[in-house]
Amino acid sequence: MRTIALPDDLDAVATLRAGDRFYLTGRVFTARDAAHRLLLARHEHGGPLPFVPSRMGLYHCGPLVRRDAAGWHVLSAGPTTSMRMEPDEPRFLAAFRPRIVIGKGGMGPGTAAALARIGGVYAHFTGGAGALAARSIDRVEGVFFLEELGMAEAVWILHVTRFGPLLVTIDPAGGNLYRGVEEENAARMKKIMQRIEKEAR
Amino acid sequence: MDRLKEALVTALTTAVTRLPDDVIAALSRARDSEDSPIARQELETILKNTALARDAGLPICQDTGTPTFFVAAGADSPHLGIITPAITRAVAEATERIPLRPNTVDPFTGDNPGNNLGQGIPLIDWEVVPGDAVKIAILPKGGGSENACALRLLRPSAGIAGVKRAVVEHIAAVKGLPCPPTIVGVGIGGGADAALRLGKRALLRRVGEPHPEARVAALERELTTLLNETGIGPMGLGGRATVLAVHVEYAMRHPASLPVGIVIQCWADRRAVVLLRSDGRIEVEG
Repeated sequence: MRTIALPDDLDAVATLRAGDRFYLTGRVFTARDAAHRLLLARHEHGGPLPFVPSRMGLYHCGPLVRRDAAGWHVLSAGPTTSMRMEPDEPRFLAAFRPRIVIGKGGMGPGTAAALARIGGVYAHFTGGAGALAARSIDRVEGVFFLEELGMAEAVWILHVTRFGPLLVTIDPAGGNLYRGVEEENAARMKKIMQRIEKEAR
Repeated sequence: MDRLKEALVTALTTAVTRLPDDVIAALSRARDSEDSPIARQELETILKNTALARDAGLPICQDTGTPTFFVAAGADSPHLGIITPAITRAVAEATERIPLRPNTVDPFTGDNPGNNLGQGIPLIDWEVVPGDAVKIAILPKGGGSENACALRLLRPSAGIAGVKRAVVEHIAAVKGLPCPPTIVGVGIGGGADAALRLGKRALLRRVGEPHPEARVAALERELTTLLNETGIGPMGLGGRATVLAVHVEYAMRHPASLPVGIVIQCWADRRAVVLLRSDGRIEVEG
């Protein structure tokens, strides 16, 4: 399976297509609901960010971390439900241009359109696979807004090696695996409902 | 109290790091049932993660949930007074020692006390039962699956067919959000609050353990089949395994109302039980 290295392969991300699987090596930053709003507020007031989001992956994740004498360690770090960030994500992607968004559960049309504009992908990582994700995180390179936002909502800068397997579910050319599932589900729902009606009579 | 607190910390550790055997077996069966390579890979990743967490003693999922305890308190137990303080201390210590992710947030200020305590937390669901033993069931349940729960207040004329429609429609609506394949607890009747409570209590059973009443067990089987025909599949990426099981509990209803509580547990169906005997003996069941 292919490995995408960031930032070296930033431009190659646009060639990924829905259904492709890959591993990611490089830096990711975590951001959930509160971090999206905080970073956007900074951007809109012209404040610089303390890291360069465009050269990293954006990871929808609230990690479980522990600090000891040697520093921070990630114990468990699976993806959180991405759809919560849908209202902010299009503006966020336009502002910060991370080319790979990693999460679970899929995202809406606003994010799909924003990804098409920046040549980015939404990559699914298995929800709940927190221990597996932690194993590919080599080190915590920094943390921002920990005081204000707490462990789960803070922005963590993580260096990962062969993080995954990741599955491209939304690509910049309009490919979207969730649409296929939705169509299949809509067709099956009619039959399921008919069966329930029939048995009720 | 110290011994009970220690047992609760042990049970919490077991719950968040070791998935019960019945859940692993159900996930393995689900993997074997899938033809779609994407669905199979999702279940492979889940099983790999689960084995890794168990071997390394790491939390399976970073979302270690909201601390929730179901206490079946024997009316003749001499230990009832220590249950709440032991649970509260166990949660604070477990947050530090395991660790658990600090997940309790003040709804007004957004402040996080950092120890999983606070107003109304840990959630303790009390039920007084005959006998002199106390059974404390722990259900660490993440926010993703909790966000996908629902209460439907049906017209009584909708009947049990209406319950089936409501459950299928809801699972189809939430798709991959609660981390399928899920375990679905359905509470029927009792009132709005009771229906949700019954649905959550239904999750305390081993995966797929049928309800003792044949008509309820039949509904569980039928709902399992219907939900696995929706095509939603593991993580909402398509496939057969949308649910591992459906558990139904019910109570009598008011003639004018038919409440249905739909409570969803993610594939990481983490559970543990602490049993406190009247003579002070304590058992922890993983």
